[in-house]
Amino acid sequence: MAPILEIQNLCKNYGSLEILKDINVSINSGDFLVLVGPSGCGKSTLLNCIAGLEPISGGKLSIGGQDMTNVSPKDRNIAMVFQSYALYPTMSVAKNITFGMRVRGVDQSTQEAKLAQVAQQLQIEPLLNRRPGQLSGGQRQRVAMGRALVRDPKLFLFDEPLSNLDAKLRVEMRTEIKALHQNLGASMVYVTHDQIEAMTLATKIVVMKGGEIQQIGTSSEIYNRPANLFVADFMGSPAMNLIPAKTRSNGDGTNVEILRKDGEPIVLTDQVNRDLPSDVILGVRPEDIADPEMRGGSDIQAAECIIDIVEPTGADTFVVMQLGGKSVTARLHSETTARPGKTQKLVFDLGKVSYFAPDTGLRLN
Amino acid sequence: MADLVTSPARGQSQAIRVSLRWGLYVALGFFVMIYLMPLFVMITTSLKSLEEIRTGDLVALPREVTFDAWLTAWSGACTGIKCEGVKPYFWNSVLIAVPAVAISTLVGAINGYVVAQWRFRGANIIFALMLFGCFIPFQVVLLPMARVLGIMGIAGTIQGLIFVHVVYGLGFTTLFFRNYYVTIPVELTKAAKVDGAGFFRIFWSIFLPLSLPIIVVTVIWQFTQIWNDFLFGVSFSQAGTQPVTVALNNIVNSTTGVKEYNVDMAAAIIAAFPTLLVYVVAGKYFIRGLTAGSVKG
Repeated sequence: MAPILEIQNLCKNYGSLEILKDINVSINSGDFLVLVGPSGCGKSTLLNCIAGLEPISGGKLSIGGQDMTNVSPKDRNIAMVFQSYALYPTMSVAKNITFGMRVRGVDQSTQEAKLAQVAQQLQIEPLLNRRPGQLSGGQRQRVAMGRALVRDPKLFLFDEPLSNLDAKLRVEMRTEIKALHQNLGASMVYVTHDQIEAMTLATKIVVMKGGEIQQIGTSSEIYNRPANLFVADFMGSPAMNLIPAKTRSNGDGTNVEILRKDGEPIVLTDQVNRDLPSDVILGVRPEDIADPEMRGGSDIQAAECIIDIVEPTGADTFVVMQLGGKSVTARLHSETTARPGKTQKLVFDLGKVSYFAPDTGLRLN
Repeated sequence: MADLVTSPARGQSQAIRVSLRWGLYVALGFFVMIYLMPLFVMITTSLKSLEEIRTGDLVALPREVTFDAWLTAWSGACTGIKCEGVKPYFWNSVLIAVPAVAISTLVGAINGYVVAQWRFRGANIIFALMLFGCFIPFQVVLLPMARVLGIMGIAGTIQGLIFVHVVYGLGFTTLFFRNYYVTIPVELTKAAKVDGAGFFRIFWSIFLPLSLPIIVVTVIWQFTQIWNDFLFGVSFSQAGTQPVTVALNNIVNSTTGVKEYNVDMAAAIIAAFPTLLVYVVAGKYFIRGLTAGSVKG
């Protein structure tokens, strides 16, 4: 089956300014694609290009197997939810939802049936006669979704739809969007700057920076095997620890040496990865530096570390220490005995580490 | 106890507040009187007979109210050789102002919508040029406009004057609507495009219903400008197509013998009445509309 959305060599320039450079993405029917990146990375522009709201400067774009490169938004069979919801302020909720159908000349009975169905699905029946100005943020969000759902499109586009909601509502709506995706089996493209949103929703994540794709993959691929230093740093909270280290081959494997301000360097032995350059950046997720009693397995290596800061969060306790000249965070269990200024025995899970080249930032293992 | 101790001081400040308040009212009343004095004199004078004007006091109330002067002003006063009052000219002004206001407002709304929401290459330059049009003095336009009207074959006609006022007003109306529409998020247009609506459908269904405050502002502004215009009226009209302002001038200047102040005053009030009415009826929308763009609501 042809991919539902296929983008080939897409470029977008404003004058001489390159906004998007050679973008290649494709998703299959039922995929939930999340475009994530810091602000100004071009993710919203890419979404607007997919919608046809911004013309593209080069490349090809097809939706549902049809070339849509120069097709106007209304003929792309898409629906879009905007960050500001973009509800028509002078129309009632019902009129907002049916506006597209009225424009397309859908007959009255079909309109009413679809409206009733969507209103029931999103539980907004009591709101149908209100104006957008009389709704709360969460309700507006639902109406905006309703306007998209009623179209029954090939592709849903979401432009940071949750960023105007408060934290609690955002988590609720996130779950609802996920449920909606599962129930409908619809194909969606979703833009966000929030990496947790990206991780929880996506079946496929595109990490972008400076108009270029950094990595495409599933949540776990992006999280466990980041393609470069940017992705490693951007995805995950707290961020992955990126520690400068020296390596030396020892026949059996590789010795990884991390300098410390006071005391001997920590030497870890990696038995899997060989032939690493002598200077690397070692990437370790905070949860892969743990209490000795919580972790087992062959890849575990223990080391004594001096703890600087202890941050209990309830479920876990984060501790911060200085390794290789960087602040390194470890996620310990909440009952840990670690105390600031004291030495604590911690274990590093070398089965899960990443190595990056310090000069190019690219992944080495 | 505390009350007893503080009450004299409070009483004193109360007295100061009351006297300040009264001072304010007196000052305001004084200025209101000054502003209203000309209107008062005009109305009372128009209701007096010529005899009474000659013998009486300028600011005195009429001893005997007579509407003769109003009748003369409306349908009998002489504007040069003809003596048919301001009536035909009043209708000329209506025939000029109503279409000119309607057309310039509608076209201004579409212009503003394009400049604010359909950003195209050079949109800013075009808008700047239109804005510049607002600052071109009337006098500069006169000769080129006379030539254009001649070429178009509508010199000296009502249509010609409508055209002149529409062209001259477009800069202002575009400015008003552009500044109003620029506060409306572009996402609204995008959402409507995705919904399948085209250029005019979006304007008609989404932007126009939002525009009542700014339409009121524009209509008041344009109506006042066009109704009160004298220079274009006197330059581009001929006998029979002159607006009321020109007729008023002719009535006041072409009297022979005794100057009929009561008729002049009545004619002036008649000429000013429509703009006065517009302000009274729609004034509160005017204030609201003018400030609507400045404070994000």
